[in-house]
Parts: sequence; structure tokens; C-alpha cells
Amino acid sequence: MSKFEALTGNDAVATAMRQINPDVVAAYPITPQTSTVQKFSEFVADGLVDTEFVTVESEHSAMSACVGAAAAGARVMTATSANGLALMWEIVYIAASNRLPIVMSLVNRALSAPINIHCDHSDVMGMRDSGWIILFSENAQEAYDNFIQAVRIAEHPDVLLPVAVCQDGFITSHGMERVEIYDDDEVKAFVGEYRPQWSILDIDHPKTYGPLDFYDYYYEHKRQQVEAMENALRVIQEVAEEFNRKFNRTYGLFEAYRLDDAEVAVVVVNSTAGTAKAVVDQLRAEGLRVGLLKPRVFRPFPAKELVDALRHLKAVAVMDRAISFGSMNNASPLFLELAAAMTLHGVQIPMADYVFGLGGRDILPREIESVYRDMLRTAETGQVERMVTYLSVRE
Amino acid sequence: MAELKGWRDIPIGGMILEAGNAVQYPTGTWRAFRPVFGEAKCIHCFTCWLYCPDSSILVDPENEKMLGFDLEHCKGCGICAAVCPVNAKVQREAGETVERDDPRLCIRMVEEGKFQE
Repeated sequence: MSKFEALTGNDAVATAMRQINPDVVAAYPITPQTSTVQKFSEFVADGLVDTEFVTVESEHSAMSACVGAAAAGARVMTATSANGLALMWEIVYIAASNRLPIVMSLVNRALSAPINIHCDHSDVMGMRDSGWIILFSENAQEAYDNFIQAVRIAEHPDVLLPVAVCQDGFITSHGMERVEIYDDDEVKAFVGEYRPQWSILDIDHPKTYGPLDFYDYYYEHKRQQVEAMENALRVIQEVAEEFNRKFNRTYGLFEAYRLDDAEVAVVVVNSTAGTAKAVVDQLRAEGLRVGLLKPRVFRPFPAKELVDALRHLKAVAVMDRAISFGSMNNASPLFLELAAAMTLHGVQIPMADYVFGLGGRDILPREIESVYRDMLRTAETGQVERMVTYLSVRE
Repeated sequence: MAELKGWRDIPIGGMILEAGNAVQYPTGTWRAFRPVFGEAKCIHCFTCWLYCPDSSILVDPENEKMLGFDLEHCKGCGICAAVCPVNAKVQREAGETVERDDPRLCIRMVEEGKFQE
């Protein structure tokens, strides 16, 4: 039987970790992730898990320990945020390139400088080309559910890539919510036993991970990673279907909220999607045909599926908690990629980019409402007033 | 060189699943300095064999003799010459700095460009 508990996002992920009972967890404390591994260390101390919990001296070492343990054939997890992820950088790529199914809880926080511990997505957007699968979570429930599914996605023989499960720093990680926690045995049965194909501890079959790989084969190994990402799109959906059946959920590549008959929509990930749903309801009550699309899977980028979900609209706004500095019009990563996808799939709809909430700046319903009203005007005129708006920054 | 395989036909992530296949990689082509026997007699202590990172010291284990160098794989790192106790003795007795290609040594490191049979 499942039960409902009042949990923060971090406690929800720590609970998933306890239920999954991974072989190795290596992590270094960094706000706002810290309470995840702090809670998990209590589970270790209380003997509720068999995990080898490695307290390292930096995030670079944390990810290095994860790589070594995963190559040894262990089920491995870690958690980090912002500058911690930045310090892992070198090994983040190595984890993906060595095809190691590590699962990371990434509690999104602004990168320094100036130093800031609050939410934005500059950390995860920096890792978008690293070869990791990236999932977003609106709330603690989704962070918990995504974390459980991430294990199955990462370890699937057609994938074998690491997965980062994102949630918003403080907003989700430290906000207490009602979370349905499934029965321990059911979660264990869902994730199953990990059977690594190539353990370096299998001494009867000696093997080498991470050898020198020059111009003759390196390129072919990168091509394999492309194939794994393409497979991941299918596997993510298969795992979600099984999860939905078992735990009565509705996960897919994205969530469409009141989108079918909408004229304009906002595309936004993580916790702000929750706020935007309330705005959608409020504007719908006024008779305005507005909707929301909340991407769950960002890597691999489900271009065709997103375009198909948006192609009937008259205007689309992308709200993103990050800037891709120096990119076209200094826009945001999600906007740029979605705009490219729409255009290349032959869908010409007016699109605008709204950067918001950097460094944890609050995003209020009335600000999201202003985005919808901009889009409703654009739907009438067919004209985008500004390609990029830095929402609620002071002039 | 063997025919190169496509991305579908090789282990993922650059993994090498076959043990001991470094022998198929002729790293001797990397070498800039060649180990060469000099005038000082080898005492067959096997110190070079123990330290060589590329298993490139050829030995006869039954007769406990050091035979020479596997130049197909020797990268010319010079560790054999650096750990050689006979080299140390030559150096000490000379009472001066001995260049690494000095003919008086046991294991000399000779620049490939200057090497003559």
C-alpha cells in the first residue's frame, strides 16, 4: 500500500534512494542539494540500506567515485547543484562517454558569480551537450517518480547513459508537499536487480574502461552515444507506460495542460509550470483559450513530439530560467531549440522568449499572466513584439 | 593495419573486452630515445624488467638472464636506464655528470636520429 507523507523535494528523492537501495552513493554537500544526502546518510546510519556511502572531498571526486563504482558494476547515485555540478564537469562527460548508468539528483541553482544559492537553470543548461539524459520535475512527487524511473532508463541495455533528475532549488527541494510514497517492495520490484554486462570486478573476463581512443575509433564511440540517445526516447516512454500502469500516473515526454483547444500556450519546465497552471485556469475562467506545455524530457529533445503538440497554436511563449549568453538575441536554451524544431518541421507560428527568475527571483502569477496576454495580442496581430523579454528585470 | 570496424561492431564507450591485447599495438613507433647496451656488463638483477611499464624487457626466466629490449613496444621512456644499479655505479665512479647516451653505461638511451647499428 502506498501512503501519503508531507515531504520536501529533497526528502522525497532521499526516500526514493532508500527504497531503491543503491550499491554506492558518493556525494559532497552543496546547497540546496545537501539535505538529500544528509537524509540518505541517516538511512545508511540506521541500517535501512546496504549502500556504500562515500563522503568525498569535492564534487570532482564524487563523480569520479561514481564512475569507478559504476564501472565495477554497482548501481550508483549522487546529488548536486550549480557550482558542485560545475566542479564535476570533467567527469560528467566521462560518465556519459563511458556509458555508465549513474543517476543524479540535480537540484537546480544559479551558477556563480555573483554568488547565489537560489533557483535558476544555468547549472543544468550547461550540461545539455554532455551526453546525460535530463528529466525535469514540477514538484516533489514528480522528482520522486522521475528518480525511480531514471534507474530503469539509465540501466536499459539499449541506453546505458547517466540520468540527471532536476527539481527547483528551495522552491521544490525545501518546500514541503503531500507526496504519495509507494510501497517499498513495489518500488524495489519496479527497479529490479541491476545486472551489469561489463563489470571490471568480473576477473574471469578482464576488460578496460576509458582507454586511449584516437582518430581511428573515438568518432565511432560518439556515434554510439547518438544511437543511445535516440533509443532513450523510446525507452523513457516504455518505462513511463509501465510506471503509469503500476502507480497510476500519467507520465510521458511532456505534460499538456488545457492545450488541445488552446490558441496560445506557454512552454515552461519545473516548478513554474505549477504556477502557470493556476494562471491558465484563471484566464480560462475569463473565456481565454490558453494552455500550457511542460516538457519533462529535455535530453533527448523530443522535437517532433513537441512540434506536434504545439502546431495548432497561434502563438507560443517559451519561459526559461536561463540565458544562453551570446546566442542569437541572447535568448534562452529551451527557446532556441524549440524555435529551431518548429521551423525545421515546417511550423511557422509566432514565438517569443521570456527569460525569468534568475538567481531565484520570484515569478508571480501576474507576470505569467502578462506573458499570456502578450501572446493573445500576438495571436491577433500575427506579430511578435520582442523576440526576447527579460521578465521583471528592473530597468 | 587491420581493417577498421564500424560503430555497430565495436564495444560501447571504448571498452576493451579482450584481455592483454596491448601487445597488438606497436607503441615502439612513439619512441624518441632507444635503450642500447653499453660497455658496463649487465648483472641480470631484473630491476629494469620489474620497472618497465610496457613489459618491454626481454628475459630468459629459466637461465635468469636479461636478454634485451622489445623495440616493437618500447616507448623509450628511459625508466630501465634510470633504475639500473650498474648505471648508478658507472655514474658514481666517473665522478662527473654522465650523459644518458654515454658508452660507459650499462643501459644507454640513444636519440633515435643518432642511433647506428
